[in-house]
Amino acid sequence: MGLAGKSIFDKIWELHTLYEKEDGETLIYVDRHLTHEVTSYMAFEGLREKNRRVRRPDLTFAVMDHNVPTTDRLKPIRDELSAKQIAALEKNAKDFKLTLFDLYSPYQGIVHVIGPELGLTIPGITLVCGDSHTSTHGALGALAFGIGTSEGEHVLATQTLWLRKPRKMLINLEGKLPENVTAKDVILWVIRNIGTGGGIGHVIEYDGPVVREMNVEERMTLCNMAIEGGARTAIISPDEKVFNYVRGRPYAPSDDEWSQALEYWRSIVSDLDADYHKTIRFHLDKLEPQVTWGTNPAMTVGVTEEIPDPGEFDDPGEKQAAERALKYMGLNPGTKITDINVDVVFIGSCTNGRLTDLVDAARVVLGRKVAHNVRALVVPGSQLVKRSAERLGLHRIFIDAGFEWRNPGCSMCIAMNEDRLRPGDRCASTSNRNFENRQGPGGRTHLVSPLMAAAAAVYGRFIDIRELDLPSREEVLEHAGAY
Amino acid sequence: MPEPIRVIEGKAVPLKLENVDTDQIIPADFLKILGKKGLGRYCFYRWRYNEDGSLRGDFILNNPRYRDASIIIAGKNFGIGSSRENAVWALQDFGIKCVIAPSFGDIFYVNSMKNMLLCIKLPEEQVKMLQELAEKEDLILRIDLEESTIKFRDRILSFAIDKAVRERFLQGLDEIEITLKHIEKIKKYEESMPSFMIPNPRRFITD
Repeated sequence: MGLAGKSIFDKIWELHTLYEKEDGETLIYVDRHLTHEVTSYMAFEGLREKNRRVRRPDLTFAVMDHNVPTTDRLKPIRDELSAKQIAALEKNAKDFKLTLFDLYSPYQGIVHVIGPELGLTIPGITLVCGDSHTSTHGALGALAFGIGTSEGEHVLATQTLWLRKPRKMLINLEGKLPENVTAKDVILWVIRNIGTGGGIGHVIEYDGPVVREMNVEERMTLCNMAIEGGARTAIISPDEKVFNYVRGRPYAPSDDEWSQALEYWRSIVSDLDADYHKTIRFHLDKLEPQVTWGTNPAMTVGVTEEIPDPGEFDDPGEKQAAERALKYMGLNPGTKITDINVDVVFIGSCTNGRLTDLVDAARVVLGRKVAHNVRALVVPGSQLVKRSAERLGLHRIFIDAGFEWRNPGCSMCIAMNEDRLRPGDRCASTSNRNFENRQGPGGRTHLVSPLMAAAAAVYGRFIDIRELDLPSREEVLEHAGAY
Repeated sequence: MPEPIRVIEGKAVPLKLENVDTDQIIPADFLKILGKKGLGRYCFYRWRYNEDGSLRGDFILNNPRYRDASIIIAGKNFGIGSSRENAVWALQDFGIKCVIAPSFGDIFYVNSMKNMLLCIKLPEEQVKMLQELAEKEDLILRIDLEESTIKFRDRILSFAIDKAVRERFLQGLDEIEITLKHIEKIKKYEESMPSFMIPNPRRFITD
């Protein structure tokens, strides 16, 4: 192992190691700390109790996203508890001198959307956030960990974190994705294969032609859901696409610093002879759109498949879980995916709430209407995403088709605000978790790509998106501009 | 500073489910509550209560036999999903002191350790054996952290646990204080940070 090259994870880890204990616990410096209203409150309370301050307010950024209303921002927040939590973050940001993107900021949005979009996330840094989907930032070549509140308090006070070095898993995505099969289908396929616990204790590195072909936003979708496979985080070696993405963003390195930044970023990519504890290859030439049928993201089938029969699972634990999931989901074994009707469609979240995702959804929605019995929402991931979409004219495509066009936030992915399913509602959702009650008590979630969700909105049931003749991304933008 | 813990003794409840995610341990609605106290009421809320607020008879933690249980014996991948530390606070406020399972979600495991909720990983066969015993009759476990053993009836199981985790429980350390002993190393790193790594607002996005 000693002579092998290093992976991007090894390199960033070593450069940020301040101290390693004999038992392997390692003190890691944290270059960025992103925080939001829901998981930060007790961390700030902890600091107050001990009379501690935030060590590096300039490396710490706060945003309101999890429980914010997505309706008119000028109206008072009706939910008293949410209003209090939001006010608490405002006070904490003020008391501890942190930059806050509040409800009225043009930079407000879901923490994992705004980090990369504002240039807060750059390659080669360590980044943490009190949210499990922090792995998203790995798409730019940052080493990003989702942490708890106690760890958050520790980072606020010391700008460091004690971590045990995770094992390395390389996932090579080979071949070429068929048309209209997307990053979301790939990650659902990966989780379906490795299972919800397959990545526990590991950092996943993605590589291969399919990754290189993807744009940076698509890579974010891929990294975002690594946690649903149990992984500690995910990372991708940055390339020219990433450097071009970062350049010119508000907090990104300036032109004077650019060459120095590039030199560093190029130095941290994985060596060709890097070694891994585990390597998995997936050939994706024939991948079809994926749809979850159960109550965790590994319970997934292809769009042409049927709801599985619990009787056919060998493992008694899996069999029991499948029976329970089908009961919760109100589904019978053998049902075709394309025979499942939906009541609600949610397009948004840190998984699929970026401009690429909205453009994809618009490719389906253009010239079509939302089915009469379906409620459909588009919740852009950030104010910048929303504004870009509006400047391109995409919002009109959605509104004319009968979608609700909302303000940014986590919304129906976590259902902490008023956007939630009613008991029994079946939802095609571009979010990341189909856990019981996740989108509202009794709600039934099917995770899909933005293309598949948009098609479900139009047809009132799942359809195989490959059967539609869709305009390209460029064509839909042309249409939108001329609207 | 947390109180040191050397021994946990209590009744075990078998939760024979795999992939129990933190959304189930505490639903997102209750993450709006500021503070840790009283969260036990919302622990496994949607599994414990019907929509009308009545108790659900089909959930094992509602069984009077296990009402005083303080040790959960669960299936693999306990605590996967969301990073919400409220899941740990809710379990503790509900009276849980230890969870035994074949594997845990990484973030949940760390969160538990920071709050002195003990998570013990045991091989699947041993977990199943304990679940079955606890199902048949009252099972009282005595967990000794110094010895890394679980004693019950006339039997002893030993378990592996990180030295750092064990020390933390045995000594009840304030981690921030320990870290600040390394302050010189922190400062040295900060001095060497190139300017491009610092996220200064360098430009605006203009239409």
